[in-house]
Amino acid sequence: MQIDLRFFASVREALGVAEERVDAVPAGIATVGDVREWLCTRGPVWAETLGPQRPLRMALNHTMVPASTRLTDGCEVAFFPPVTGG
Amino acid sequence: MAIRVQTEDFDLSEEVRRLRADDLRVGAVATFVGTVRDLNDGKDVARMTLEHYPGMTEKALESIVAQARERWRMFDALVIHRYGELGPGDQIVLVAVTSAHRGDAFAACEFIMDYLKTEAPFWKKEATPQGERWVDARETDTAARERWVTGEKA
Repeated sequence: MQIDLRFFASVREALGVAEERVDAVPAGIATVGDVREWLCTRGPVWAETLGPQRPLRMALNHTMVPASTRLTDGCEVAFFPPVTGG
Repeated sequence: MAIRVQTEDFDLSEEVRRLRADDLRVGAVATFVGTVRDLNDGKDVARMTLEHYPGMTEKALESIVAQARERWRMFDALVIHRYGELGPGDQIVLVAVTSAHRGDAFAACEFIMDYLKTEAPFWKKEATPQGERWVDARETDTAARERWVTGEKA
């Protein structure tokens, strides 16, 4: 399964990455929350930025969703801090 | 209904004129304009950068206005939100709602702003004499949105 990752605001700055295409998601990664946990295994900065202690928001295909939401092939998954517009 | 996410400034009276043009059913226009302050959390703000999530931003704002339409009798609505570099005194956001009566217009306008503050993907970064910092989300903003669900006053 292929997915596109997007990172915004303080999350983007901490990781030094705005977007990334993952051509083959590892087996067993089925939900948005799974992607978050998988990314945390990439290293200390990833674990610190995306870890469960962070009040992170997640979106799937441009809609904010809970961690249990299932991925679909070609979907866009975004991670960002709580919003502060207006 | 119109949603605009843009770097350019906007003119309140021109936008209101256009929104209610030729619609003689309109008896009430409620508007909200949010602006950049020069002080936030005790720090002097010299300028601000607003980042957003193109694609999701428009979708989120459309969804918020659609929810308002389900709850109140409104004729039309306009949301303009700026992004990019802004300075103290600059306008950030405009919400305008037309309706037959003020009750619907006031409530829908406030509802749209409260939901925008917690669900539209915008992030503020402030430049202060002590350096740049991302603005933290406020608990009071979440409470303001929740009262529309629970019916309690914030």
